[in-house]
Amino acid sequence: MSQDTATDDAVVEFQNRSSFSQKMQALLHKYPWMSSTMVLVVASIIFSFFNENFLTPSNFSLILQQVAIVGAVAAGQTLIILTAGIDLSCGAIAVFSSMTMAKLVQGTPGEGEPVGIAVWLAFPAGLLVGMLGGAINGFLVTKVKLPPFIVTLGTFNVFLALTLTLTKGTVPSIEMDPFLLTLGNYVNLGPFRVTTGVLFMFAMYMVLAFVLRYTSWGRHVYAVGDDIDAARLAGISVNRVLMSVYIVAGLTFALAAWIVIGRVTVASPNTGGDLNLDAITAVVIGGTSLFGGRGTIFGSLIGAIIVGVFRNGLTLAGVDLYYQLMAIGLLIIFAVSIDQWIRKARK
Amino acid sequence: MSESPILQAVGLTKSYGRVIALDGSDLELFPGEVLAVVGDNGAGKSTMIKCLSGAEIPDEGQIILDGHQMSFKRPNDGRHAGIETVYQTLAVAPALDIASNLFLGREMRKSGPLGSVLRMIDSSGMRKAAKEHIAALGIGTIQNITQAVETLSGGQRQAVAVARAAAFGQKLIILDEPTAALGVRESRQVLKLIESLRERGMPVILISHNMPQVFEVADRIQIQRLGKRAAVVTPKTHAMNDVVAIMTGAMTVDKKDQSLSPIR
Repeated sequence: MSQDTATDDAVVEFQNRSSFSQKMQALLHKYPWMSSTMVLVVASIIFSFFNENFLTPSNFSLILQQVAIVGAVAAGQTLIILTAGIDLSCGAIAVFSSMTMAKLVQGTPGEGEPVGIAVWLAFPAGLLVGMLGGAINGFLVTKVKLPPFIVTLGTFNVFLALTLTLTKGTVPSIEMDPFLLTLGNYVNLGPFRVTTGVLFMFAMYMVLAFVLRYTSWGRHVYAVGDDIDAARLAGISVNRVLMSVYIVAGLTFALAAWIVIGRVTVASPNTGGDLNLDAITAVVIGGTSLFGGRGTIFGSLIGAIIVGVFRNGLTLAGVDLYYQLMAIGLLIIFAVSIDQWIRKARK
Repeated sequence: MSESPILQAVGLTKSYGRVIALDGSDLELFPGEVLAVVGDNGAGKSTMIKCLSGAEIPDEGQIILDGHQMSFKRPNDGRHAGIETVYQTLAVAPALDIASNLFLGREMRKSGPLGSVLRMIDSSGMRKAAKEHIAALGIGTIQNITQAVETLSGGQRQAVAVARAAAFGQKLIILDEPTAALGVRESRQVLKLIESLRERGMPVILISHNMPQVFEVADRIQIQRLGKRAAVVTPKTHAMNDVVAIMTGAMTVDKKDQSLSPIR
């Protein structure tokens, strides 16, 4: 395959004599996930020199648990960014969903009768809230034709306000339902001790990767992000694709909320603060272009793990928390520069 | 050769507010011919094409495709009826490969439960079919069907768009200024493609501003003026000067001197 493209036309001579950096560029252009994987491997090796506990199964199990929530949100975020959109409200939707589930199960103690409802009603209601949140974003993007950045900046505040209204600003300590806590359970996989939440997140990635790669819908998601006019002229109902992307993303945010509940065992309105930007960071570091149409879903998983590895590795190396933030920030800029550089390949 | 047109438009009228873009315009496209539609800006070329492809709904008039009256309501209706349109703005998705672009919006599914239950697309089947379509049009310059479209030149991209239209257009193909965005050499490739469409017996409507190109490939030339059909001539009966004169209203052609029936 690569031979075919290399012997395309008159530039063959030049390509044969291309420098190492040009070859790298071409390679990364073809396999965008490679750069993030390399960063992950190199970072892991470097961190292992600073602390011998870093490269241990138990530490990696811990990193994965920390990554599970951001990873799950990043999965939905990837879909939206692939369509050249962005969702700043992803964390707010996740928290609102988790609060809905918890509140419905718990009821309102102290104000007359506690009116908690069965979990088999509360759980789907929480998922529905996530999808509805996505649908509102999707409606504003496709029908009112507002830019996704503005739409989700607005809905971010709306969902946050709704969450605070629902909880009246308190953090409810509740005896959670065992079903809602399912994703906090541990399973042993060889030396690794991971939560079911981690496995659930992996499963989400598998399903989305399959759908993106092997179904028409997946192709259409890429096509819409790549060139929306071309997609429309090719007969794709662009609005339907966008709408479905926002709803599916809303569902993944709600499922992420389920992982949150399992991990922190309460539904707190404060858990989602960093979730918005962390998820976008993971997607960007994972090589998905903010201009849409380019990227892979597994890249975002690697991106989320990179963020987790950096946080964990820097902590184990004894680096101050403030410098950790700085490192993540530099990592984002580095990742986007790489993206720009790769996109220049073969132009 | 059959005398009945494959596509016939009668008295098409379309106005946008107070602006009358199309004012009772007719059109006949006969099997196997290349009909060029030329006209000044605002002569109603684009509006007519939009009505024929379903992108716009005419206020009045009839569109008769293969003897059946059509009433297009949505942009995809024309496509479903077998009319494919190629636009001047290279309507391909740059990051997707050639095969994906050819089948964009019409992906083939795998057979069996993989396709019907899991809705998996048949990538290898589409690649194979795409190769055949590209080869059928004699496009030799594209070697690798899994190449991303962004690695192709403008002419090659337009070739992909034409190949897509040829693969799915059952009745006819409309080319809306297909060379407007292209250089000289690339335009040549597209003109060759139009020739090869004609050789395959596919009727083509070609919208163009470029007189030399029109005179090179068209069998008949329909000249639009002020929303009406001013005349239909052929490259043999009239010169470029005449066509420009008719376009601007400096010259009129008597009905009996026009080429309203197929010339071949």
